[in-house]
Amino acid sequence: MDHSSIENIGKHLHNFPGGLKLKHYKALSCSKPLPAQQLPLSQEYIIPVSQHLGRPAEIIVSPGQQVKKGQPLSVPGNASSTPGAYVHAPTSGEIVAIEQRPVPHPSGLNSTCIILRADGKDDWIELEPVTDYRQLSRQQLIQRVQMAGIVGLGGAVFPTDIKLQGGAGSIDTLILNGAECEPYISCDETLMKQDPEKIIQGALILSQVLNIKRVLVAIEDPMDACYQKLQTSIKTLGAADCIKVVRVPMLYPEGGERQLIQVLSGTEVPAGKLPVSMGILVLNVATAAAIKDAIIDGKPLIERLVTVTGAGICEPQNVVARIGTPIADLISFCGGYTPGIASLVMGGPLMGIGLQSDSLPIIKASNCILALTHADISSPQVEMPCINCGDCVGVCPAGLLPQTLQMVIRAENFEALEELNLDACIECGCCDYICPSHIPLVDYFRYGKSEQRVRTVERKQSDLAKLRFDRREKRLAKQQTERRARHLKRKQALAGSSDKKDSVAAAIARAKARKQALTTTPRDSDSNTDSGEQS
Amino acid sequence: MTAAIIILTSLALIFGLALGYASIRFRLEGNPVADQIEALLPQTQCAQCGYPGCRPYAEAIAADEVDINRCPPGGEAGIKQLADLLGKNPIPLDADAGIEKALPEVAIIHEDICIGCTKCIQACPVDAILGAAKKMHTIIAAECTGCELCIPPCPVDCIDMIPVSIDLTNWQSDKPVPITIISKQLTSADNAGEAVA
Ligand code: SF4
Ligand code: SF4
Ligand code: SF4
Ligand code: SF4
Repeated sequence: MDHSSIENIGKHLHNFPGGLKLKHYKALSCSKPLPAQQLPLSQEYIIPVSQHLGRPAEIIVSPGQQVKKGQPLSVPGNASSTPGAYVHAPTSGEIVAIEQRPVPHPSGLNSTCIILRADGKDDWIELEPVTDYRQLSRQQLIQRVQMAGIVGLGGAVFPTDIKLQGGAGSIDTLILNGAECEPYISCDETLMKQDPEKIIQGALILSQVLNIKRVLVAIEDPMDACYQKLQTSIKTLGAADCIKVVRVPMLYPEGGERQLIQVLSGTEVPAGKLPVSMGILVLNVATAAAIKDAIIDGKPLIERLVTVTGAGICEPQNVVARIGTPIADLISFCGGYTPGIASLVMGGPLMGIGLQSDSLPIIKASNCILALTHADISSPQVEMPCINCGDCVGVCPAGLLPQTLQMVIRAENFEALEELNLDACIECGCCDYICPSHIPLVDYFRYGKSEQRVRTVERKQSDLAKLRFDRREKRLAKQQTERRARHLKRKQALAGSSDKKDSVAAAIARAKARKQALTTTPRDSDSNTDSGEQS
Repeated sequence: MTAAIIILTSLALIFGLALGYASIRFRLEGNPVADQIEALLPQTQCAQCGYPGCRPYAEAIAADEVDINRCPPGGEAGIKQLADLLGKNPIPLDADAGIEKALPEVAIIHEDICIGCTKCIQACPVDAILGAAKKMHTIIAAECTGCELCIPPCPVDCIDMIPVSIDLTNWQSDKPVPITIISKQLTSADNAGEAVA
């Protein structure tokens, strides 16, 4: 760990390798007056229980049950093995079903969803606001964050309480990431403009949880309005000594966690290590605002700002949508599709995932719904052979060799991927964008990563099988030797000293004699032993 | 001349002794080739190769007693890895041993039919079955290798093989297929139809 660079973090700005200067289309969704409008109640909400990485959580409601707004629907399973997060009811109503529904995921597969029919009353459960969070202990605060179902809202959706728990004592800098780098997304910018106090209050709570004195809010250079608003809130909340706003140059993907750290500190997070190893924790600005809601107002995470944008939308804007809202409801609220609509993407144009339909729900990770027209998407290009131009190497912000990686994956030489550090690829799409041969590089990398993941799982399973097989063999061998030893002993005992035999016979004779002498019920005892032998 | 002969002979002697000593002193425990081979075998322990488990098969391959194409769970990919390791040519899977399954499977006991005879427990090579005499039995899916050894002993045929279900936790992305475009208009129109259902 390089402490000098951490000390000076944010004072001077640095560069990360590669990157792309992209044309931005944020203004498209920022023309409506603030604050962003709240979406009217939908009839039905589709709430996937597994919105985070890992196994689905344990569902604690059943069909037919009436729930209130903010009531927990599922709780994380065994939190120690797989990270999980609480999921809450976005409004009051009836649970009509718990079933498999398609969810926004690159696989297009189904996942368990809770279907909630709104009753229109929108009744909150009893909230537990806190007047002075400073009275609460670190553990109490983290527990409230967990119970509110807060996850990273930048798109990674990792449970925030686990991040905070892991950072105990080892963190000295918190970076709040407001550098939205994807060309279309403006939900964080909107949040910083309309609710800067929430973010700063969240930052203050987090600095108490982490016991730190340095919080940096990173925003993009041209976000002037955000800068002013954040500075004002910092002043009014008297947080100027620990919270600073830093403007970072616009160079995609400067909002990537590792790239942002490199820009601010000049040090690269070592491959295979987490930023925590450098004493840095990065959270999205929206996550900080959600933490404020959770701690001070006691409100769980049931809604988020979503950018609905693209040339395929009639009135692009940011809206506040509840988790579980069908995407179609957002679209119709924004005036519907324009005639040229060609495809729907969740997230930005470079890192987003294609959606198969607009009946999928908004999830905690949905920062943007992007509707592209035929004019936006170049029709699929024929993939040409790699010409070794090296352009992809030049733009890769992770310092990888996309061209070599691509060849290795094509040849299915998965063992070599470890050395080439495929894990460090953030799937930013820079290489894909620049490649003159139109090679779908990111698709190859996603394929390579999933192949690696499957191999690790298979290896683990076969190791387990071997372990259990070996243990069984050992157990069987041990049982057999024991049985042999027992038999041997018994045989030896029987064939052993004749005196012993004699003494046994003598004892039997003595007992018989005694029985006869007593003459109470001699026949009974005899028949008893007989029947015992027969059975 | 004689001096040279004497020097070379004595050098040969010294090195010979040193090597001889080293080969005894630093001898490797176990059978390293068999270990490497075993690490490539799938550990299904199904005995389809004709040996009572993966380790014995690995040892037989190491001793060059048997071909490398007798493990159906390992399949063509496994044969290729073995061939790479041993410097042999990959050969197709021996159909006598069995066929490679398209999808991984696990066994499941129909618990209402199970009579609690414990026969399957005795057959399972990896102790993946739970149960006791005259009690219903069940299979720990996470530990089942799909070897099918428990199926024949069951007197009431209550064990079935089911494919491992694909969900978000074990989903795999496909290898990209190169696009071949016949008509540009056609492809973009197709896209529109699919994208906004
Ligand atoms: S997608 Fe991966 S390989 Fe390509 S530029 Fe981004 S980080 Fe580098
Ligand atoms: S940019 Fe494309 S063509 Fe150029 S080296 Fe990389 S993969 Fe090959
Ligand atoms: S066929 Fe393959 S998996 Fe089955 S026991 Fe033999 S080596 Fe193991
Ligand atoms: S449960 Fe049956 S199929 Fe599964 S490992 Fe045991 S014997 Fe094989």
